[in-house]
Amino acid sequence: MPELSRDEVRHLADLARIDLSDAELEHLAPQLNVILESVASIQGVAGDDVVATSHPIPMTNVFRDDVVVPGLTPVQALAGAPAKEDDKFSVPRILGDEQ
Amino acid sequence: MSDTLPGLIDFDEVLEKFDPAMGLEVHVELNTNTKMFCGCPTTFGGAPNTQVCPTCLGLPGAMPVVNAKAVESAIRIGLALNCEIAEWCRFARKNYFYPDMPKNFQTSQYDEPIAFDGYLDVDVEGETYRIEIERAHMEEDTGKATHVGGSTGRIHGADYSLIDYNRAGIPLIEIVTRPILGAGEKAPQVARAYVSALRDLIKALGVSDVRMDQGSMRCDVNLSLAPKGSKVLGTRSETKNVNSLRSVERAVRFEMSRHAGVLLSGGSVLQETRHFHEDDGTTSPGREKSDAEDYRYFPEPDLVPVAPSRAWVDELRTTLPEPPAERRARLQASWGYTDLEMRDVINADAIELIEETVAAGAAPQAARKWWLSEISRRANEAGVELASAGVSPAQVAEVQQLIDEGTLNDKLARQVFDGLFAGEGTPAQIIEKRGLALVSDDGPLLTAIEEALAAQPDIADKIRGGNHKAAGAIVGAVMKATRGQADAARVQQLIIEKLA
Repeated sequence: MPELSRDEVRHLADLARIDLSDAELEHLAPQLNVILESVASIQGVAGDDVVATSHPIPMTNVFRDDVVVPGLTPVQALAGAPAKEDDKFSVPRILGDEQ
Repeated sequence: MSDTLPGLIDFDEVLEKFDPAMGLEVHVELNTNTKMFCGCPTTFGGAPNTQVCPTCLGLPGAMPVVNAKAVESAIRIGLALNCEIAEWCRFARKNYFYPDMPKNFQTSQYDEPIAFDGYLDVDVEGETYRIEIERAHMEEDTGKATHVGGSTGRIHGADYSLIDYNRAGIPLIEIVTRPILGAGEKAPQVARAYVSALRDLIKALGVSDVRMDQGSMRCDVNLSLAPKGSKVLGTRSETKNVNSLRSVERAVRFEMSRHAGVLLSGGSVLQETRHFHEDDGTTSPGREKSDAEDYRYFPEPDLVPVAPSRAWVDELRTTLPEPPAERRARLQASWGYTDLEMRDVINADAIELIEETVAAGAAPQAARKWWLSEISRRANEAGVELASAGVSPAQVAEVQQLIDEGTLNDKLARQVFDGLFAGEGTPAQIIEKRGLALVSDDGPLLTAIEEALAAQPDIADKIRGGNHKAAGAIVGAVMKATRGQADAARVQQLIIEKLA
């Protein structure tokens, strides 16, 4: 199991838009590695004869009727947005300049 | 708009050296009342972020529940495409970091589509091509991003983007073909005919309004070239969001010429996403895919599997509309069109329009005439689809009825169409505004006849002498004087009566 580097954790945090300080990165990277190692141990148990389990409870076809239910107002929807404009979520530039 | 091109190759030369292979991916937005996994409305054009809830905004703790109607529509589309319907299938998370989905994943289906292994037969110039359907799966639409700042208003160079999530979560069905081989020079037309037939089929099913201009039906065109006779497929490009039937045809044609240019200059085609440009019919490279290639699909733990009972599937099978080929045969017989006339109608994508025009009261031949001549010509000039040319079937029927009643002749009718294209109102309003109705009162006609006869006494003598053909010159003068608004047959009759 390759170690998750600090730079990789920084990249993940960046993608998830979580602002982490160097100290936090130092603190979290080893923890993530512990989690990955724990998950990896399951791989040792799951042989070819074990079917992947995605839905342990044998239940199918849980549907709802095609009926409108009230949702959120724009004010409610945008209440947690760090930036907004014209009732829309404002997000940082998505791509860099065209090459 | 285009990137630096190594040179486009003439279409005929492409065909001499290469065989094209196409793959078409079509997204259809279903017309359910609510979204795929929550009860938010799906109405088009609502104010930003007014059709959202914790589920489609991906807020913590919100749980999705599948819309039964969307599953039903998916199964019906699958059945209409002659697909197998899965006995058991799951949703999957397609993970990616892009703000058009607030959850950071799109709920889709991965290796267990609800429908698979089907086909759709399409006609191109009397020849039938069987387009094999690999799969049709359920997923959800994304939010709509508006890019602000930068010089072009496009995504590249934008300062920031604004997102409206009203569209996020609307049910989509993605229909994917197997590689379409052997179409050769007809490849662009086959692609168009497939999308057209698919659109008609889904419209007949009543599960989507399939408006390409509004984005409720969107097409991605995959294309590759292989050296003639080779069994190995070449590297493909994927042209995204080709949003009209005409554009589908143009995108295939352009990519064939572009690929050939790259290959013949010794280069290799990049596997990449490309954008289609409506204005000049070219494509340019899109987002680099390298970073986003791995979507880390895994089964969606928040949704239980879908296992449609065979009884339900059989019941839905009984609700399918008439298959397109049978429908065409039935309409041709009822309209009394020749094979050639029908082929022109199909090629012009005018079946539905004529059907509606006939339903509104016009004779089938009259309906065909207007759609395939006057309106087709203007649609071509404007570079739009026939259905978007600005004239409705009801208006065509109304114009034809006015002709049948003797209010208009064909020449005046064309001027009414001018008015319709210019958005001047209903046919009746245009006739009023432009003063187009035929002169039905004999009084003004007789005045004009007298003036014409006085101006050409020699002609008048000839007519008196029994030479009725000479009356043509007088009829012409009267038509001119009435700016074409006289009934020529009536004028001729009046002249003869007057000089008899």
